[in-house]
Amino acid sequence: MAVLTLDGVAKSYRTHLSLHKYWILRDLSFEVREGEIFGFIGTNGAGKTTTIKLVLGLLFPDKGTIRLCGKDPSRPEARRRVGFLPENPYFHDYLTGLEFLDFHARLHGFRQPERRKRVLELLERVGLHNRADRALRLYSKGMLQRIGLAQALLHDPDVVILDEPMSGLDPIGRRDVRDLILELKRRGRTVFFSTHILSDTETICDRVGMLVRGRLAALGSVEELVRGEVGSWEVTLAWPSPQDPPIGQVLSRREDRVLLRVSSQADLHRLVGSLNGGGAKLVAVSPARRSLEELLLKEVRGAGAQADGVVEEGRP
Amino acid sequence: MSGRILAIALNTFREAIRNRILYLLLVFAVALILCAQALSLLTVGSEEKIIKDFGLATIDLFGVLTAVLLGIGLVSREIERRTVYVLLAKPIHRAEFVLGKYAGLVLTLLVNTAIMTLCFVLLLVAKGIAEPAMLLAVLLLFFQFLLITAIAVLFSCLSNPIVSCILTLALYVTGHLLWSFDLLRARVAAPWARALCLTLQRVLPDLAPFDVKGMVVHGIPVPPERLGYALVYLVLYGGAVLGLACAAFQRKEMQ
Repeated sequence: MAVLTLDGVAKSYRTHLSLHKYWILRDLSFEVREGEIFGFIGTNGAGKTTTIKLVLGLLFPDKGTIRLCGKDPSRPEARRRVGFLPENPYFHDYLTGLEFLDFHARLHGFRQPERRKRVLELLERVGLHNRADRALRLYSKGMLQRIGLAQALLHDPDVVILDEPMSGLDPIGRRDVRDLILELKRRGRTVFFSTHILSDTETICDRVGMLVRGRLAALGSVEELVRGEVGSWEVTLAWPSPQDPPIGQVLSRREDRVLLRVSSQADLHRLVGSLNGGGAKLVAVSPARRSLEELLLKEVRGAGAQADGVVEEGRP
Repeated sequence: MSGRILAIALNTFREAIRNRILYLLLVFAVALILCAQALSLLTVGSEEKIIKDFGLATIDLFGVLTAVLLGIGLVSREIERRTVYVLLAKPIHRAEFVLGKYAGLVLTLLVNTAIMTLCFVLLLVAKGIAEPAMLLAVLLLFFQFLLITAIAVLFSCLSNPIVSCILTLALYVTGHLLWSFDLLRARVAAPWARALCLTLQRVLPDLAPFDVKGMVVHGIPVPPERLGYALVYLVLYGGAVLGLACAAFQRKEMQ
């Protein structure tokens, strides 16, 4: 069942005193299914944040229809079971972490003593219980992201919408967000997030929508999208032997660590099977992340768009 | 009041009391009220009138300044700082957001006016010239602040703080000079100009019913119907202005 449906959505802006329309989104149609992690990828300026604003009823489409939890997103009932983290968390920075969550819990209709219990639970969950009495203006970017996630999850929403949740975070912060998204999925929640960090998308998304110049350029699972292009993995081995491993192309070597590129899944299995003793050990395997990246670059170049995103005049 | 309006109102109040502008205005207001005592020494025979007049004028001026300076950014600042995104993504009606912001500023003005009035009354008691009519005058001034705040919120939904400030102050001034449209109408010959004067007189806010400072200072009793009229006017005109603000915000795009 779809929890979010966009059908033929188009959105334009007019600049001040201008009669021309600049189309940000054109004929955008896709759906997000219940319980899946849906990654919404694209270059900066492709229209990802505009789409999320439309989905939440912060903007209104020029054309097409949007259904969030089966309802028009401009109606509050549509947003009742939805949690949202905006890009670059802009919050009331005069509030402390505790006051901020308490305020948002009130907006969700929590009453005391449940409200306090829930707020403290979330502070604990995002690791900010020791900073709860500090004003948000004193929080670091990572802490703001975590308090933002806490407000998005306060009411245990069925659908979580995250706008660039990993941008600007250090590797630990990104891993925490990734883990949280996977945990939400394990608990049956639906996660829709936008990102231009493709490595995260590949590792955690069930399906991906690729936005290029306001149009949906690709839609499907990562495997479907990059089929034919995937086929290589980067493998790190603990490899004490001076000889190269029998399978794969050596990319680099440092002391007893070897970084290899293996070109097929079968080769990968054979390589892992060949690691039998002599100090040889598998350290890490990662799919060749350039595949999705390459697909995006190909689509962007194909559309004649620039990587920094472009808006243009014309018809939707 | 719904729980969500109350939550937004309390948050707006919290924001206001953490705003230095409020304290600056309050300190100036209290200082000026107390200065009325010094000013009265410069006049002969009308010390009591000067203290009352100056005190009420100070409450009027600083109440209006608070309403305008905080009111004009009430909604537009939330949009400009993008804090509104996370609020409107919650299951709240946009009208609840506008009404919550308004209620929060009303609460701030209530506390602000109460502090100024307390200082004023203490001064009157110390001079032995306190009388209940003073409180009635302050109550009517407070009604005026509520109307000015509603106008500031409407402009805040439509425009940026600078334009909102100019328009709100302009309406405050014309609101006290609305009687002059009668004179103007009598002096212009063109029918369209007379019709325009009449229309403006009917559409623009009339703040005269809220101003009884002159009456109470000169000991003229304020008829109870004056209070009733001011209250009804506030509810109808203020309600209409807030309705317009909610309607304007309902379709506003959060870009």
